[in-house]
Amino acid sequence: MTTRHAITAGFVPLLDSALLVVAKEKGFAEAEGVDLTLVRERSWASIRDRLAVSHFDVAHILGPMPIACNLGLSAPAPKMIVPMALGLGGNAVTVSAALWRAMAGEGAKDDLDARGNGAALRRAIGRRRGEPLRFGVVHPYSGHNYELRYWLAASGIDPDRDIEIVVLPPPDMGDALAQGLIDGYCAGEPWNTFGVLERGGHLATVKAAIWKSSPEKVLGVNARWAESHPEALAALLVALHRASLWCARPENHGELAQLLARPAYVGRDAALLLPALSGTLPVGGGIVRQVGDFFVPHAKAATFPWKSHALWFYTQMVRWGQIAHTAGHRRIAAQTYRPDVYRAALTALGVAMPSASAKVEGALTVETPVGSSGALTLGPDGFFDGGRFDPDDVDAYIEMQAARRSGD
Amino acid sequence: MKPSELNVLVIDENRIRAAIIEEGLRGAGYDRVTVIDEMHGLARRIAELNPDVIVIDLENPNRDMLESIFQLSRAVQRPIAMFVDKSDEASIEAAVEAGVSAYIVDGLRQERVRPILKMAISRFNAFSRLNRELEETRGELENRKVIDRAKGLLMRSRGLSEEEAYALLRRTAMNQNRKIAEIAQSLVTAASLLDPGAKE
Repeated sequence: MTTRHAITAGFVPLLDSALLVVAKEKGFAEAEGVDLTLVRERSWASIRDRLAVSHFDVAHILGPMPIACNLGLSAPAPKMIVPMALGLGGNAVTVSAALWRAMAGEGAKDDLDARGNGAALRRAIGRRRGEPLRFGVVHPYSGHNYELRYWLAASGIDPDRDIEIVVLPPPDMGDALAQGLIDGYCAGEPWNTFGVLERGGHLATVKAAIWKSSPEKVLGVNARWAESHPEALAALLVALHRASLWCARPENHGELAQLLARPAYVGRDAALLLPALSGTLPVGGGIVRQVGDFFVPHAKAATFPWKSHALWFYTQMVRWGQIAHTAGHRRIAAQTYRPDVYRAALTALGVAMPSASAKVEGALTVETPVGSSGALTLGPDGFFDGGRFDPDDVDAYIEMQAARRSGD
Repeated sequence: MKPSELNVLVIDENRIRAAIIEEGLRGAGYDRVTVIDEMHGLARRIAELNPDVIVIDLENPNRDMLESIFQLSRAVQRPIAMFVDKSDEASIEAAVEAGVSAYIVDGLRQERVRPILKMAISRFNAFSRLNRELEETRGELENRKVIDRAKGLLMRSRGLSEEEAYALLRRTAMNQNRKIAEIAQSLVTAASLLDPGAKE
């Protein structure tokens, strides 16, 4: 390897920064000639700003955020592209002990079922007097905000009228819950495990139950840097691909939890990080549930930047009034995710990857082999309410969701 | 509206830094400056104050919350992040470098805000400098203490005068290409290992 690429990556201390951490610590970046510097940040706003002024070339970022940036929603920063996802799933909804008791009284169970527990929450809200319930999410343009709202809306709860949604830094969620400042939150790990084990919270449901194989964090890249450093970016994608394989091996989970636990990374006890990796989740009250696809770092094309994921995020921005729907906006959203860059970087490795750039989300009810090689399986990717999102018919999906909202 | 009539809100959990910025702004003729160092109830406070410009440290973990407040509030004029004028990339970079971020009510002209941002940047930099100097001074004090203890050890165990003890430390440091404080620290550590009960 003659060329050396110096790349600076920003990240927020969360479990799904794993691919970047492993690429550096296990030598995958080094093997591709990449000098990877990781810089920890405490807010997504800071990640965005440092990407904008080229302090960072790339960053661990919320899937919808580069789209929001390109749409001019959060500060007209320089353009960003998403050439890779950093895994699927990984979030959960944690509620306070008091709210869980109220939900259990309405039939909620420890099975993390999105449908049953959503209905129980609706009934508990119906009985409630006084202040509306308050739920925390990490950012307005986040998978957390959209999946929480999707779950609530499909359970017959209006996320703007029936409850209040506020934004909090993830490390503060557990304390806010214990102090009664919020009644629940949707966050990534280790903050649900922390809330359950150390702040008396209870899991209501998980991202993988609301929408299976759903997108979460991605690699956000300053578009200007990507254009002028195509080789460096390709080398980084190869390193991250190898890191995703390493993260997926169960025998590495213990070491991965130890790595992430270091003060320079997540800085929390490995015991709080292991549940999300193994899928063996403490749900509260000493009960443990196995959720095999809780966080998926590699399987099911977990790093593929599906345009249908970008477009689904866009439909939710429209749904919740963050932006008006126009053909131009839809195009910007779709163009932010770049499966072409992903393919160009990984084709030479002979990696099995989807031949399509978008798929109908919610169409696969079982694990399904795709492609000619048969080495890749996708799905299931269903929404808990049986919904389907056809990326070729964004208009109809947006209309359907708007109609459902005004109809209730 | 004169420039000084702009309503400026400074959000900083570091009270000393906030005070330094406030003082700078007031000195420059901005009379309507409010400082908030408590994040609880921020949304209500912002609605009450209705600021034209908000200055907040870049590293504040509550910036995501702050930005969501702007998005939700229909009552206040909506502030937007400072990354507005692309022609002004240099000053944006200087701000990020210094660790400042700012939000400006949509429609407010850049040239009216620039002096505020400039002031905040220079005050942030001054604060960092001050902090660095403080740490250096603290470090020097620590060094002096450990050197005194090492001198004491040498004086007692080898019957040297204070001057001779210091000269020995200095010579050893020069020979080993290390700092005197490092040699002194090694000596103090070694002594405590050899004789854990002894107080030099």
